[in-house]
Amino acid sequence: MRENDLILQTVSKVAVFIILTFGVYLFLSGHHNPGGGFIGGLTLSSAFVLLYLAFDVESVNAGIPLNYKMVAAIGVLIAIFTGMGSLLFGRAFLSQSSAYFNLPVFGKTGFATVTLFESGIALGVVGVVITIMISISEDV
Amino acid sequence: MNNILAFPMILPIIAGVLLLFFRLKPNVQRWGSVLTMVVVFLISLSILEKVMDEGILRLDFGEWAPPFGITFVADAFAMLLVTTSSLVTILCLLYAAFAKDEKREKFFLYPFLLLLIAGVNGAFLTGDLFNLFVCFEVMLLASYVLMTLGGEKKQLTEGIKYILINILSSWFFLLGIAYLYGTLGTLNMAHLSQRIAEAGQPPLLTTISILFLIVFSLKAGLVLYFWLPGSYGALPTAVSALFAALLTKVGVYALFRSFTLLFYHEPSITHTIIGVMAMMTMIGGSIGAIAYKDVRKIAAYNVIIAIGFILVGLASNNIESMQGSIYYLVHDILVKGLLFLMVGTVIYLTGKTRFDQVSGLMTNYPLFGWIFLITLLSLGGIPPFSGFAGKLLIGKGALVAGEYVMVAVAFLSSLFVLYSLLRIFLHMFWGETSILKKNQIYLSKGMLASCFILAVLTIGLGLGMSVVSPYVTDAANVLTNPHLYIEGALNND
Repeated sequence: MRENDLILQTVSKVAVFIILTFGVYLFLSGHHNPGGGFIGGLTLSSAFVLLYLAFDVESVNAGIPLNYKMVAAIGVLIAIFTGMGSLLFGRAFLSQSSAYFNLPVFGKTGFATVTLFESGIALGVVGVVITIMISISEDV
Repeated sequence: MNNILAFPMILPIIAGVLLLFFRLKPNVQRWGSVLTMVVVFLISLSILEKVMDEGILRLDFGEWAPPFGITFVADAFAMLLVTTSSLVTILCLLYAAFAKDEKREKFFLYPFLLLLIAGVNGAFLTGDLFNLFVCFEVMLLASYVLMTLGGEKKQLTEGIKYILINILSSWFFLLGIAYLYGTLGTLNMAHLSQRIAEAGQPPLLTTISILFLIVFSLKAGLVLYFWLPGSYGALPTAVSALFAALLTKVGVYALFRSFTLLFYHEPSITHTIIGVMAMMTMIGGSIGAIAYKDVRKIAAYNVIIAIGFILVGLASNNIESMQGSIYYLVHDILVKGLLFLMVGTVIYLTGKTRFDQVSGLMTNYPLFGWIFLITLLSLGGIPPFSGFAGKLLIGKGALVAGEYVMVAVAFLSSLFVLYSLLRIFLHMFWGETSILKKNQIYLSKGMLASCFILAVLTIGLGLGMSVVSPYVTDAANVLTNPHLYIEGALNND
C-alpha cells in the first residue's frame, strides 16, 4: 500500500519491544499500582497494531501465526476457571489469595492467584482488540 | 456463601466460549448448547427450591461483603424468571437445532445465544445497580451480533436502528447510575433502598427515578416501543422467539425491581406515570396489532400489549396486582416464545408473510394448526390456559387500587389480542387449502416438538396453578415488603 515506509518499519522494530516491555510492566504492577490485565492487554495489543501498520497483515500473520479469536476464547476460559478455582477450596466464586515466598535470587517475593486471573483478562483483551483491527482492515 | 448462584450466568459463558473451538462441527454446537441450558435449568430449579426453603440467598463475589463488593441476590421473583427463561431457551435452541440454519451456525450463532442468556440470567440475579448495567451490556452486545448475523439487508437496516437506540439508552442508564452514586454514595440495591428510605425520596431522587423509568421503558418497550416491531421482524425464527420472550422482560424486571425496591416512596408521581404509560402502550399496541397484515408485525405488537398489561400490575402497586404481574410475566415468557416460533414456522412453510395470502393450513398441518389455536387462546387469557390467572389477578388488583380506566383499557386490549390473532387463524388455517398436499414443505418433527412442548407447558401452567402459586406468593411478598429483600441482601452472618 505504502511505497516508502522504511523509517516507520525501522522505528517500530525497536519500539515494539519497548511497548511490549511496558505492557508486561503494567500488567505486573497492577497488583498495587495503576495497571492490571485490561490495561496491560491493551498496551500489548497496541504493539501488535503498530506491527500491522508498519508491515502488512500477511507478513505479520506469517511471523505470528495465531488465531486471535481463539486467543480471546482461551483468555476468557482462563479467567473463568481461575475464578472457579476458589470453589475447590470451599470459598466464594472469584475469591483470591496471595502469599510471600523467599526465592533465591529475587528475595522475598509476593505471589497472588489474581495474577492468573488477570493473565486471562489480558489474553482476552489482546485477542479481541486484534480481531477487531484485522476485521476492520479486511473491510476497507 | 452460595456459589451455586453464579452458575446460571457462568455456565452459559463457559459453554459459549468452549463452542468457539468447534466452529465447523454443527452437531456439537447444537447439542452442546441445548445440554448446557438443560443443566442451567435444573440448577435454577434447585436454587428456586432452596430459596423457598431458606429465604433469600446471596453470593458475594470474591468474598467482599456488601455493600462494598458485587453480590448476586436470589429471591423467588428473580429465580422464577431465571428458571422460566432457561426453559424457553432450551426450547428455542432445540428449534434452532432442527431448523439447521447452517449459514448462521458457522458464524457462532449458538455461542452468542448462550452469551445472551448469560446476560439475561445475570441481570435477573444481580443485587448491584452497576452490575445490572454490565449484565444489560453483555445481553445487548450479544443481541447486536444476533441482530445482524446473516447480513440480510433488512437485518442491517433494522440493526443499525436497534444498536443506536440501545446505545443511547445505555448512556442514559450510565448517567442515571452516576447521579444516584453522586447523591447516595452506593450502588448496592439493598443499600440504596435503605438510604432512599432514610432520605424519604426527595424530589431530586424522584427525578433520577424518572430517568431510570425512561431507560428501562426503552428496553422493555413501554411507550418507547417504536424500535421493536421492525427489529423483531427481521430476525430468524429461533432468535426472534428468544428476543420476544426474554429481552423486553429484562426491562420489565428492572422496572419492577427499581420501583418496588428503590423508588417506592412517591407512588403518586412515579406509579401514576407508569400507569399512564402502560395505558398508552396497550392502546398503541392494540392499534398496531390490528393495523397490519404482516404476521410478524402482528406478533411484535402483541409483545407490546403484554408489556403494557404487566405494568398495570406495577402501577396498581398492591400485593394482588404484583402476584398477577408475576404470573403474567412467567406466562408471557413461555407464550411469546411459542407465538414467535409459530409465526416463524408459518413463514418458513408458506414463504408468505401476510395472512391474506395463505389459507387452509389446517388441512396441511393439522397438529400445527391446533397448537396455534392453543397459543391464541392462551394469549387471550381464556381460562384453562396460563394467561388467565395473571389477567384475573392484575384486574382484581387494579380494581382494589381504584384504577377503573386502567382495568377497562387492559381488558379491551386483551380483546384486541384475541381479535388480531383470530384473524390470522381464520385466514391462514381455515378455508380452502392453498397449498397442494404434494407441494407442501415437510415440517420436521423436531421443529414441531418445541412448539408442542411449549403449548403443553402453557396448558400445564394454567391447570397447575396451585403448584406455582407458593412461589408467586413469596415473590410478590418480597416485592411488596422491601425490608425482606434488604435483610436478605445485606445481613452479615
